[in-house]
Amino acid sequence: MINEIISMNGYGAYVWSAFSFTLISFTALYFVTKLQLSKEQKRFASKFGSLNVEKARAARSQNINREILSNTSNI
Amino acid sequence: MFNSFKPNKIFAVTSKAPKYVLFLFIIILTIGLTEALILSPEDYKQSDVVRIMYVHVPAAWISLGIFSSLALLSIGSFIFKNKNFALIAKSLAPSGFVFNVIALVTGSIWGKPTWGTWWAWDARITSMLILALFYGMYLLAWKIYADKEQVIKVTSLIAILGVVNVPIIKFSVDWWNTLHQPASINILSTNTAIHPSMLVPLGIMTAAFALFSLLIFLMKYNTELIKVKNKGLDRL
Repeated sequence: MINEIISMNGYGAYVWSAFSFTLISFTALYFVTKLQLSKEQKRFASKFGSLNVEKARAARSQNINREILSNTSNI
Repeated sequence: MFNSFKPNKIFAVTSKAPKYVLFLFIIILTIGLTEALILSPEDYKQSDVVRIMYVHVPAAWISLGIFSSLALLSIGSFIFKNKNFALIAKSLAPSGFVFNVIALVTGSIWGKPTWGTWWAWDARITSMLILALFYGMYLLAWKIYADKEQVIKVTSLIAILGVVNVPIIKFSVDWWNTLHQPASINILSTNTAIHPSMLVPLGIMTAAFALFSLLIFLMKYNTELIKVKNKGLDRL
C-alpha cells in the first residue's frame, strides 16, 4: 500500500515533486509574511517605547494602537 | 458606505483572525491531501499523474481570481478615492503571484509525462506566463515608487491593463488550438466532465488554497496597517 502510494504507478517523481513544490512554496510564503509582520510589530513597540508620557497617552487613545501593542506582547 | 471597513475599525478582527484561519486551513488541507493523494481514483488514461490536477487547477483558479480582485479594487480606488482599496490589493498580490508560479511549475511537471515536454508556447501557458509578469510588475512597482499617490496610480494601471489577459486565459482553450483540453467545469451549468470522485477532492483543495490566500492576505494587511501606524507615531 505504502509502496503504491510512493510509486504512483511509475509517476511518483512527477506527482510528489508537484505536491512538494506547492507545500514548500506555501511554507516559504507563510514564514516570510510572518517575519515581515513581527518585524513591523517590533518596530512599532520600540517606537512606542521611546515616546514621552504625553505622546504615549495620545497614541494609546487610538484603539488600533492598543491592539497592535497587545499583539506585539504575544510574539 | 465604506466607514465600517475603515482600518481602525477592522484591525481588531483582522489581527485575531489569522490563527483561526490557519487552524481551519490545516484541517481542510489535511483532508484535501488525503483525498487527492490516496482516496481519489486514478485516471483511466493518465493514471496517477492526474493527481497533479489537485494542486495545479486550484492554484490557477485562485491566481486568476486574485488578479481580477486587484483590478476591481484598483477601479474602486480610482472611483471612490479610497486608499484602503489599494492597501487591500497590495496585501492580496503576493499570494496571487505565488499561486501563479505554482500553477506554471506544476503545469510544467504535469506536461512532461502527458505531452512529452516540460514547456510549450501554447496559448494557455503563455497567457499564464504573461499574468505572472503582470503580477511581477505590480509587486515591483510597490517596491520602486516611494510616493504614495504615484504608486497607487501605477499599480492600478498595471492591474487594469493586466486584467485584459484574464478572459484571454479563460477562453484561450476555446479560441485557439492548444495542448490544454477545454474547460471541464462550468460554474454556470450542472454539466461537468469530471466524476464526483475527482470533483470532491478538487473542491476541497480549492477551499484549502482559498483559505491559505486569506491567511496570507490577513497577515500582509496587518503588516501594512502597522506600517501606516508606525509612520503615524513618527508624526506625533
